[in-house]
Amino acid sequence: MSSTYETIANIIVETCDIPRDTINPDSHAINDLGIDSLDFLDIAFAIDKAFGIKLPLEQWTQEVNDGKANTDQYFVLKNLSARIDELVAAKGA
Amino acid sequence: MRLEYFQLIDRIVDLNLADRKISSEATVPATSTIFEGHFPGYPLMPGVLLIETMAQTSGWLVVALNRYARMPFLAQVKEAKLRTFVTPGQRLSIDAHLAHDGSGFAVTKAKIKADGKAICDATLTFRIVDFPNPEMANWMQETAAKIGLGIEARADG
Repeated sequence: MSSTYETIANIIVETCDIPRDTINPDSHAINDLGIDSLDFLDIAFAIDKAFGIKLPLEQWTQEVNDGKANTDQYFVLKNLSARIDELVAAKGA
Repeated sequence: MRLEYFQLIDRIVDLNLADRKISSEATVPATSTIFEGHFPGYPLMPGVLLIETMAQTSGWLVVALNRYARMPFLAQVKEAKLRTFVTPGQRLSIDAHLAHDGSGFAVTKAKIKADGKAICDATLTFRIVDFPNPEMANWMQETAAKIGLGIEARADG
């Protein structure tokens, strides 16, 4: 997988004390890894800093609540990696 | 300070939105029912209230940065260090700055000093949400005016 995924996985290990071998690209941060919203703020903070972006958590939450998206799109780690890559690319554009 | 009312900031002495930092002052009251239990014969400002003092100062910064449109609620306290005792009558200087502006959350670093001596410090995380009701939004506006938060920081300033 990409280095983006590896960075996210390492952040989760450090932030949530989750064993590295339980994390894979298909893991859902909430449903599979049991990360709650407060811990996810820590992860978002670390991701923002690591990639120099601002994860649009409020926008994503609104889209899920409105039925325009499902949580897999944002919280399955391989998808989260893709969203981060998009944000990084947009920042550099 | 009015400890029993959780009014821990007396006044804002500086607010710099460009540098995303704030300073406030507060004087620990000479008497309070809290000191009757904390502790009998040895009154000390409770450490949790020192953390709340840092949180309120940080909170005003986040409120001002959000132009009074949204409300920060304390969600996490990290690396809190209570370095020395605080006793009735002491005058405290509180400084905070925004360490991170996230989506729906903010992280601040805050510290308290008295007579130039470090009292405590912490890293605080806030969830930022819409005001739950107009009463609370109004109360925040009124309280901001009372503690001297500049009018230029409010509305569209």
